Amino acid sequence: MNNTYQHQQSAHCESGVVSNILRHHDIAISEPMAFGLAGALSFAYIPFIKLNGLPLTSYRMPPKFILRGIQKRLGVKFRFKKFAKPEQGMQALDAKLAEGRLVGLQTSVYWLPYLPEDMRFHFNAHNLLVYGKQGADYLISDPVLEHAVTCDASSLQKARFAKGALAAKGLMYWLESTPDTMDLAPAIRKAIIANARMMLKTPVPIIGIRGIRFLAKKIRHLDKKLHSQKKIQLYLGHIVRMQEEIGTGGGGFRFIYASFLQEAAEILKEPRLLEASKMMTAAGDQWRQFALATARACKNKDALDLNLLADKMLLCAEKEEQAWRFILQVLGK
Amino acid sequence: MQKNDVPQDDIHTYNGLKKLLYAVDEEGSYTRVTSSGWEVEELINGMAVAQLNALSEEALQRARAGETSPLEYLMYKHRLDLPQLAQATGFFRWRVRRHMRPDVWPKLNDRLLSRYADVFGLDLPSLKKPLL
Repeated sequence: MNNTYQHQQSAHCESGVVSNILRHHDIAISEPMAFGLAGALSFAYIPFIKLNGLPLTSYRMPPKFILRGIQKRLGVKFRFKKFAKPEQGMQALDAKLAEGRLVGLQTSVYWLPYLPEDMRFHFNAHNLLVYGKQGADYLISDPVLEHAVTCDASSLQKARFAKGALAAKGLMYWLESTPDTMDLAPAIRKAIIANARMMLKTPVPIIGIRGIRFLAKKIRHLDKKLHSQKKIQLYLGHIVRMQEEIGTGGGGFRFIYASFLQEAAEILKEPRLLEASKMMTAAGDQWRQFALATARACKNKDALDLNLLADKMLLCAEKEEQAWRFILQVLGK
Repeated sequence: MQKNDVPQDDIHTYNGLKKLLYAVDEEGSYTRVTSSGWEVEELINGMAVAQLNALSEEALQRARAGETSPLEYLMYKHRLDLPQLAQATGFFRWRVRRHMRPDVWPKLNDRLLSRYADVFGLDLPSLKKPLL
């Protein structure tokens, strides 16, 4: 293990935390590799979970999925711990830091003082790393930031023990053990196939490619459900905001995955995956098109045309479907 | 996304911060690029912030007029809505709604008020302070 911790910025908090922890323990896993190995690319439209009265739309798997996925694919072992009392949680953190451990935390972005005001919403599943303590302040490696920062104890405690949806309950985790040997190629293969199956063959209509088409249909008929233009705009804005929220810009998860496919092509010695990476990039670009058109309609720069926006989203579904089908074909499944 | 297409719109939301994105370089390989933000993100995020600000401003006016308790204003000011506040305090929604009645709020004891104070990150005296 290196003695001095090297912070590296990432596009997404959880894959970034995983990549940073592993690299600190001399396991060279890039952020896209962590994301891809966990099979974290997804789409889900969940109408019965509401945020600010609007349905949850997610472009990746739920929190903690990457940590668990990496354990499964690489055989590394993380230990997770939650706490009933905030004081205990802070003491346990101090104890682990005293052992010289790198500790991961789940936090609420609302209480993190070093983030810009306009980014601080009540989102409880933001991951960061603590790599030490300086006086009363904690040394924080927040994966979405360019540089390491510090955070005072009372803010950090609030961020760890914020209540509400996806409450962290002080969750902390650290790397417990690593396997002696690691064979990346078969792990990558399995991860890609599992991810493709989830996107293409889910039996649930609101997940994967079917989920994207489902939401497109909802958008097409939005004016039958919401009767004011303002409400429709807030609804559409929310869909795009969930795409942007903390860490990735427009279709960002698709670009992370496309980057992973390039790495995979090299390791599996399968150049056709480079082609798949291009297709995934095209899907990400299409999501950006959707975001742009929606933002313009929300700001009344363009007329609000629900059919047009629904068609743009259908195109996202189509491009992603092509990419995944091609991937399964390449990997012979 | 091509490296040259990575948005550099210096958006207000980021306040000088730069986020990392993955984009394709001239040779077609993915590379790490920092971005000072995309106009679209600013627009969409600004819409959500404006909506919350409008709600809290409106609640403040109604609290001053004695039509609602300060709780509703504090809720929106801290970027929460009713389900979120209920979940964070552990109260049922109907109970939170009841606490938003101007005649009920002043009668709440410190034990109940401290549950709200915790969620808002305020101490009791500032929670009880009337809105001016």
